[in-house]
Parts: sequence; C-alpha cells; structure tokens
Amino acid sequence: MARSPALRRFVSHPWVLGVLGILTVFLVWWLVTASGMVDKLFLPGPGAVWLAGSDQFQRGILVADALASIKRVFIGFVISAGLALPIGIAMGTNRTICHFLEPLMALIRYMPAPAFIPLLIIYFGLEELPKVMLIFIGTFFFNTLMIMDAVKFVPSELVETALTLGGRGLPILTRVVAPYIAPQVLDTYRINMASAWNLVIVAELVAANEGLGKRISLAQRFLRTDEIFVGLIVIGLIGLMIDLGFRFMMRRACSWAN
Amino acid sequence: MHLQVSQVSKSFGEGRDRKLVLENISFELVSGQFMALVGSSGSGKSTVMRLIAGLERPSEGTIQLDGVPVRRPGSDRGMVFQKYSLYPWLTAAQNVAFGLSLQGRDRSEIRERTAYFLDVVGLADAARLLPRELSGGMQQRVAIARALATEPKVLLLDEPFGALDLQIRESMQEFLHDLWKRTGLTALLITHDIEEALLLAGTVHIMAPRPGRIVHTVDVQLDRSDLRHLRVSQPFLELREELASRLRSLDGSLL
Repeated sequence: MARSPALRRFVSHPWVLGVLGILTVFLVWWLVTASGMVDKLFLPGPGAVWLAGSDQFQRGILVADALASIKRVFIGFVISAGLALPIGIAMGTNRTICHFLEPLMALIRYMPAPAFIPLLIIYFGLEELPKVMLIFIGTFFFNTLMIMDAVKFVPSELVETALTLGGRGLPILTRVVAPYIAPQVLDTYRINMASAWNLVIVAELVAANEGLGKRISLAQRFLRTDEIFVGLIVIGLIGLMIDLGFRFMMRRACSWAN
Repeated sequence: MHLQVSQVSKSFGEGRDRKLVLENISFELVSGQFMALVGSSGSGKSTVMRLIAGLERPSEGTIQLDGVPVRRPGSDRGMVFQKYSLYPWLTAAQNVAFGLSLQGRDRSEIRERTAYFLDVVGLADAARLLPRELSGGMQQRVAIARALATEPKVLLLDEPFGALDLQIRESMQEFLHDLWKRTGLTALLITHDIEEALLLAGTVHIMAPRPGRIVHTVDVQLDRSDLRHLRVSQPFLELREELASRLRSLDGSLL
C-alpha cells in the first residue's frame, strides 16, 4: 500500500484509479493477443485496432460516420427533450392531464423501442426520419415521466412560500418549479441520452448508408474484427464525452444542488 | 390591522371519509399583538394558519382581514414555515428579495429593502451565502426577513423553531421577542411548546384535538424585560405547569 501521504493522495484520486482500471484491461488485452493464444481474426491486438482506426480516420470515414450518428442522436433527442419538458411539467402540476396521459405513457414505455424499427421502415423508408423517430420513441416517454416525477417532488413549502409572497401561476413555474427541477432534468437527459446513443447504433445496424453502427455491420460482413473494435471504442468514447458534458453543465448551472 | 376569524370550521374529504379537523374557531388579532395557538399534534393548529394564509378555504365561517374576506394567499399575510422553505439556489439576500421581485418592485428599492431586512435579522454579513451554508437558526432568520420584506400586515409563524436544537431555539425565541419589540409587528405563532408561547405571546389559545377547537385562552401578564430570567421565574413556571396539566388532561381523555 501507499506509504507516503503524497502517494496515497495521488492513488486515492478517483481519476487515477479510473485510468488505472482502463489501462489494466488494455494490458490484459495486449498480453493475450501478443502471446498468440487467440486467433488474430477473432481478437486483434491493440496495435491492429489502432492501425484500423487511423486508416479510417485518414480516409475520412471515421469522422463522417461519427458525425452521421451524432446528428441523428442530436436531432431525435432535442425533439424528445424539448417536448418532454413542457408535457412533463404539465403532468406534474395538473392532475387531470396526469391521469389522462400517465397510463398511456407507462404502457408505451414498456414497448421496446427497437421493436418499432420494422414499422418505422415501412412507414418512413430508409432515410433519416425513421432513425430520428426511433430515438424519439425510445427516449420521449422516459424523459417525460422522469420530469413529471421531479415536478411532483417539488416541496410544497417552496410553492406555498411563493404564494404567500404574492406569487401566482406562471412566475411560480418559472421561478420556483423550473430552478428546483433543473438538476433532475439535466440528470434525466444524461441518463436517457445513453439509450438514445444505444438506439442509433441499433437503427444503423438494421439499415443505414453511414454511421458508426453501419460501419460495424459492414465490418462483420468482411470479418474485420479490428474495425468492429474501432467502432465499439469510438462509440464508448463519444458516449463518455456526452456524459461528462452533462455532468459539467450540471456542476456549472446547479452548483447549489451538489 | 384587524384579523377576524369567526366560527370557522374545516373538514377534509368527502362523504363517509369526511373528517372534521376544526370546529368553531373564533378569535381576533389586532395591530401589534403577538398571539399564540398551542396544541398537540392533530389539534388542527397548522390548519388554522393555512386558512388564514389562504392556502386552504374554510368549510364554514369567515376569515376577514380589515373587513375583506380572505380568498387566496397574498403578501399581506407573510408566512414562515417550519423548515425547507428557503430557495436553495438563491443566496440569503436573493431569498429576502424574492417576494419583492415577484411583486415587480424596482431594483434600487429591492436592494435597499433587502439590505435593511437582512440587517434587521442580524445577517448582513451572510447576504451572499447559500442556504446550505447557513445554520438552521440563520436559515429561519432569513425566512423571517423574507416574510417581513414585503411588509405583511400579519406574520404567520408555523412552528418556526420546531426543527432547531434546544439551545438555538432559545436564542431564536429571544431574537423573535426582540424583533417584535423593535418593529412592532403583528404575529400569530403556532407551536406545541407552551414555554415558547408564554414567553412570546400576549394571548395564548390552547387547542384540543379531534376535532380541533380552542378550549382555553390566557392573557399572559408577565414581565418580559429579560426572557432568560423569565424562563426560570416562579410565576412563569406556575403558569406553564397549569397549562401543561390542561394539555395533558386533554390528551389523557383521548386514551
């Protein structure tokens, strides 16, 4: 174990251990492939994957694929998040609206979004629309219900205080409810963004001209496991970056909640 | 200022689930008066306060402020809740300013009044701190300043010190008494603590539960020049014991 306080502080820093965990897997991966225990066709080494990745990057495919996937996620998720916010708030504040919509949403929420893909292809073809729709379907109901819950848990004292200070209606919504739920809304988006990111890959595996998921399914056809690994790692990295971006926003915008 | 509560009853629920929580409550409160409602839990004392604040409507009877029936909440009746009522994303000063800015007062007026009322509760130095950086007692002082800043005709205090430690509670009681003497505010205090009521209020109503009703009223005539001394003085302790035994007999009759 760490003897000196400086070393102990260094090791106990969460980033250090996190990086160490990732490096361990890379090391094992490298050892297993370098020893020649596994057929390179099934498990390419880190070097081969790096080469495949830089090759894709130089040909411009990697960036084009990543941008195509990110764009789909972005459009689908912005529509989902933008609609979920007012509807979730309406459901959280108005009992009639809540009773009308909640059973419906709870029902659709349990229909797996990928099961909609065949229907979406029949309705909207193979272009961008069905993929954006899939992301919308897969995240909208979760976003809405989680925002509704956040609104329902606004302490009544905060609203009642505003009422006794002369507040009414809209100002209470914008100045009490909105700031109170902001951290939970950002966290809701962060969590559901992960499923949006999953769904775009699924949609591209089924039908697409470009995108990270499409590249993986092409790689499978030609048994290019190195390219599959490139796709997986890039998808993971982009997801991680989005997650960190949301956390950063939360720390900046809602420092009071930490 | 004249607050008139006449023959107010309140029940919750419908049909078979209908439950009477307040029965025939009447009292009056005038400018500069400090009144307390004391009762155990379930005596409906908080409901009385919510009715006056306009957060609930009476089932029967009327509540009038200066002759005008209370229909909804308004800044003429400032309220301080037991806890969790400061806006956690706003600083102490922004919390105090909240009601003023809801009313759309102009900026220089808001700044001036906020500084003044923070000073009144002795928290001028804490203006820029967030609620989580304040102690429980300081938080309640900010809540009181926030309620006072909109200049309500009456201050409604719903167990304001109920969540505080004993020592802090005592110093807050002294603070509130001092504030009342300095500013001449009109206050209605809800508490389950007889000592607190006797220390602060000129009139104390004792409430009995199920259904909530006023069973006894005391006009407290005590020398309040030194609260610390008053707490342990003979007449105070005797009065406290008398009311405590009344409350006990009310609870006992229910067992």
